[in-house]
Amino acid sequence: MLLIHCPYCGEDRSELEFRAAGDAHIARPANIAAISDEEFADYFFLRDNPKGLIYERWRHIHGCGRFFNAVRDTVSDKFVMTYKAGEPKPDLSPAPGVAPALPADSRPVETYEATEGRAE
Amino acid sequence: MTGANRIAGAGRLTPAKTARFSFDGRSYTALAGDTVASALLANGVHLMGRSFKYHRPRGVVSAGPEEPNALINVSRDTARSQPNVRATVQEVFDGMKVGSQNRYPSLSFDLGGVNDALSPFFAAGFYYKTFMWPKQAWASIYEPRIREAAGLGVSPTEEDPDHYACRYAHCDVLVIGGGAAGLAAARAAALSGASVILADEQPELGGALHFDTGAEIDGQNGYAWAQKTARELVGMENVTLLSRTTAFGYYAQNFVAMAERVTDHISRPEANAPRERLWQVRAKRVIIATGSIERHMVFADNDRPGILLASAARTYLNHFGVAVGRKVGVYTAHDSAYEAAFDLKRAGVSIVAIIDSRMRPGEGLLEQARSLGIEVFTDHAVIATSGRLRVASMTVVPNGGSAKRKFTIDALITSSGWTPSVHMFSQSRGKVAYDAATGRFLPGHYVQDCVSVGTCNGTDDLQAILEEATAAGVKMAAESGHDGAAAATPAGRNLFAWTGGMAGAAYGAGPDDSVKAFVDFQNDVCAKDIRLAVREGMHSIEHIKRFTTNGMATDQGKLSNLHGLAIAAEALGRGIPEVGLTTFRAPYTPVTFGTLIGHARGDIFDPTRKTPMHAVEEANGAAFEDVGQWKRAWYYPRAGEDMHAAVNRECRTVRTSAGYFNASTLGKIEVVGPDAAAFLNLIYTNSWDTLKPGRCRYGIMLREDGFVYDDGVVGRIAEDRFHVTTTTGGAPRVMHHMEDYLQTEFPHLDVWLTSTTEQWAVIAVQGPKAREIVAPLVEGVDLSNEAFPHMSVAEAKVCGVPARLFRVSFTGELGYEINVPADYGAAVWEAVAKAAEPFGACPYGTETMHVLRAEKGYIIVGQDTDGTLTPDDAGLAWAVGKKKPDFVGIRGLKRPDLIREGRKQLVGLLTKDPNIVLEEGAQIVADPNQPKPMTMLGHVTSAYWSENAGRSIALAVVAGGRAKLGQTLYVPMPDRTIAVEVSDMVFIDKEGGRIHG
Repeated sequence: MLLIHCPYCGEDRSELEFRAAGDAHIARPANIAAISDEEFADYFFLRDNPKGLIYERWRHIHGCGRFFNAVRDTVSDKFVMTYKAGEPKPDLSPAPGVAPALPADSRPVETYEATEGRAE
Repeated sequence: MTGANRIAGAGRLTPAKTARFSFDGRSYTALAGDTVASALLANGVHLMGRSFKYHRPRGVVSAGPEEPNALINVSRDTARSQPNVRATVQEVFDGMKVGSQNRYPSLSFDLGGVNDALSPFFAAGFYYKTFMWPKQAWASIYEPRIREAAGLGVSPTEEDPDHYACRYAHCDVLVIGGGAAGLAAARAAALSGASVILADEQPELGGALHFDTGAEIDGQNGYAWAQKTARELVGMENVTLLSRTTAFGYYAQNFVAMAERVTDHISRPEANAPRERLWQVRAKRVIIATGSIERHMVFADNDRPGILLASAARTYLNHFGVAVGRKVGVYTAHDSAYEAAFDLKRAGVSIVAIIDSRMRPGEGLLEQARSLGIEVFTDHAVIATSGRLRVASMTVVPNGGSAKRKFTIDALITSSGWTPSVHMFSQSRGKVAYDAATGRFLPGHYVQDCVSVGTCNGTDDLQAILEEATAAGVKMAAESGHDGAAAATPAGRNLFAWTGGMAGAAYGAGPDDSVKAFVDFQNDVCAKDIRLAVREGMHSIEHIKRFTTNGMATDQGKLSNLHGLAIAAEALGRGIPEVGLTTFRAPYTPVTFGTLIGHARGDIFDPTRKTPMHAVEEANGAAFEDVGQWKRAWYYPRAGEDMHAAVNRECRTVRTSAGYFNASTLGKIEVVGPDAAAFLNLIYTNSWDTLKPGRCRYGIMLREDGFVYDDGVVGRIAEDRFHVTTTTGGAPRVMHHMEDYLQTEFPHLDVWLTSTTEQWAVIAVQGPKAREIVAPLVEGVDLSNEAFPHMSVAEAKVCGVPARLFRVSFTGELGYEINVPADYGAAVWEAVAKAAEPFGACPYGTETMHVLRAEKGYIIVGQDTDGTLTPDDAGLAWAVGKKKPDFVGIRGLKRPDLIREGRKQLVGLLTKDPNIVLEEGAQIVADPNQPKPMTMLGHVTSAYWSENAGRSIALAVVAGGRAKLGQTLYVPMPDRTIAVEVSDMVFIDKEGGRIHG
């Protein structure tokens, strides 16, 4: 069970109190009635599925009830940071020369590559 | 006397305290503190089980949780019976009944033993390859039979009468394992001022100090030091010391699950004591001090009863005072077995010979052996053993040679070295690294805030262990914010520095494929099975594991992993680190379902929501149905009525007189603020600006993709205040949906949302007599059609209670919905019942509600819609504001697929035979004779017998449905095809006059 920091309560609380609410920083177009099918598909249907940092919305549904944003690492499942809704998207790309969070030789177990990649 | 093999003066148990127990019906005496295994060994019983697949006779291998063979059934009484308990862990209590498993008719004569003779046919993958045809027979014949024969224990059939507790805990430092390393680390962290939890799986702390009588700490015997340190920790306020507690799962952010066995060792536990307790600990820092597990030697017939680990023999002797045999052979590739031999010899046991596969044992061992008169054969191998129910001899050859020598023995202790227990570290998502120098996997890259100390970290020397552990305790305490007094490092000394170790099969155990040299005792996996898996094309260690089942189930690689890996690596011609380890999984040892479930069973498995009128309804004989977590009155049967008769009567009564209905579960949200109407304009398809205070409107809510999300009546109480109702099931998600938009997309709007579902009790009174029933109870509202027409709302007093009174209808009849504060719900319900009685009106339940609304074609979101219907599909296009500039779903509605011709639309269906009630979910086709696969036009969403219409009615979604009015379609069922006519959705009072009463 994860601990999640609610930026409104200022507390680390159990994952049980929260609900995930999809990707963050996707604004509803102000002129939504007028946008094209492609623009609507981009806005509503299409999402990235990154390996690494993902920007998400969470709600402290069994706490203060507020929606906030979080940066989570999809490899380690760790929350890198949380911040209030409406605050700008933080730039967390690693500075040049800084080692990534996991060592170069680390690999997820039990994926196809992990189990099959090196088999003859 | 508590057994012929008990050595006077040896061990730490008190001969004064004894307990009686039985094993397979035979009675034995144990000493207090004995495990089942030690007590049976004391009585000369080695045969404790049968193996999983071949049903080979098996004895105890270990003295700890890694035990693969001695799995027993333990019972206290008829209801309290637990299979698959490790005899090496279960403490004996007075009166306990122990049974062996997986044998028929008896442990010493087991018919299943024929599997052993047939074993050439039972190679790895045998089941997968053999029982393939016919396909259906797998589930019905093969699998049940195989499971029966290759079973472990039998599950108890009665409900578990025990109860289980759970506890959450937070601490600065959690120490897993209470051996020398764990104790030193916990003490150092505690002295620094950190709050510490120390958990150890054994009854007493000490870990390997239980057997290692050569270890000395701070000038005293290691075990004595452990007990002294444990007492010191128990006396500290900032320390929680948990014995008999196994950390079995390590999850994200230092969240560790532990199982505490509270009463399993007690003869007569207190009635209110839980049997086990689940601890869920969140620790700022974790110190892993899980030690290491000795490996057996892999050689031919290494599984006979009486062949066990050297350290286990040492534990039985030094802790329990039990000799595992009188003529003991030793087969080893590691120095630790020598110390076991020395201890046994000093206790008067004959050591027949030490067979060492190595050329050169560690320093000083040969001299010590010589001085004790023990013969040592270096560079030799054991290539065979004999003895059906107990090992009787071992046959020894020089490595690479063939000159055989046979020794008569009654026990054989083995060691091929020690495997660091990296289970917890690996579960924490840390990456292990292979240490080529010592041939073992050790903690490498850490992912969480933890550290490994002691032998699980590859530290072997006792002084080094104590230094490492003390430093870790200080460091982890400091990192959690505690810099108190630093503890002095205890001084430790081993008798011998252990060297050696091997992984894989010993000389003589292959590569030919007839020798049974067991790698995994529990799953009957031999060295040859792993080689076979490689030959058959399994080149990944994960595949080899699954094909052979090596290290699976409860073993989780404790004994078998490294051996299996080494044999696979050899067969593959690759190095051990390239082949890699399989994943360690939680739980580390088996955990009972009771522990995981805790209190959450029976009535408190899931919360039950009851309306304020529940008790009254119950007293009136209502039948209830579950709607989500709610208990709702389903129908109110009278004497002699079945459900069908009761519902027919309730339906008739509502349309001829009146009925009253508990609608309290309806979702309710209070929307308040200067921008409340503007907000609802964005959330609903309808327009709310034109709705005047005192009036209601039916609203539809979409998702952004244009599909119907929820519906309900919204009443405007004041300019800035709306009373919103939602479906019963939709209440939480509608609230979530509204909050989402309010907080993130429309934060400029000044609106407050409050869930009031449980604040209001709601009584719907419906039917031609509704006004006459309600009027005498209402103060302050003129109920005439003119003053209070359909779709009105007013704040009033009902039965003297402040109320919101709605003139609404979900039946098509004249109707009112009385909202009163929940605490008054039961009283007002009873007042309504009393007022209704003279009119012959009755209460009705959800089933009647469903029929009545279907008679009028009123949809239920979630039943008649399924998340792919637009308002137009549902016949509700009129509720979408055409001139609105924006609302949630406005763009989605314009998607090409949502505006195309031929979409599925809600229509009515009338069966040609009015007595046939369709099945909900049944598919609809145009041509019943079309060859399969037939073209499905849609499906039935609601279907009922309508007593008022005198026939069956149904709602359905049908492609292009509204253009098919009057056409005949077909509903193919398994036994017949039902002809139906497409109709509109209103089956009663098509003009709709009744609602205006």
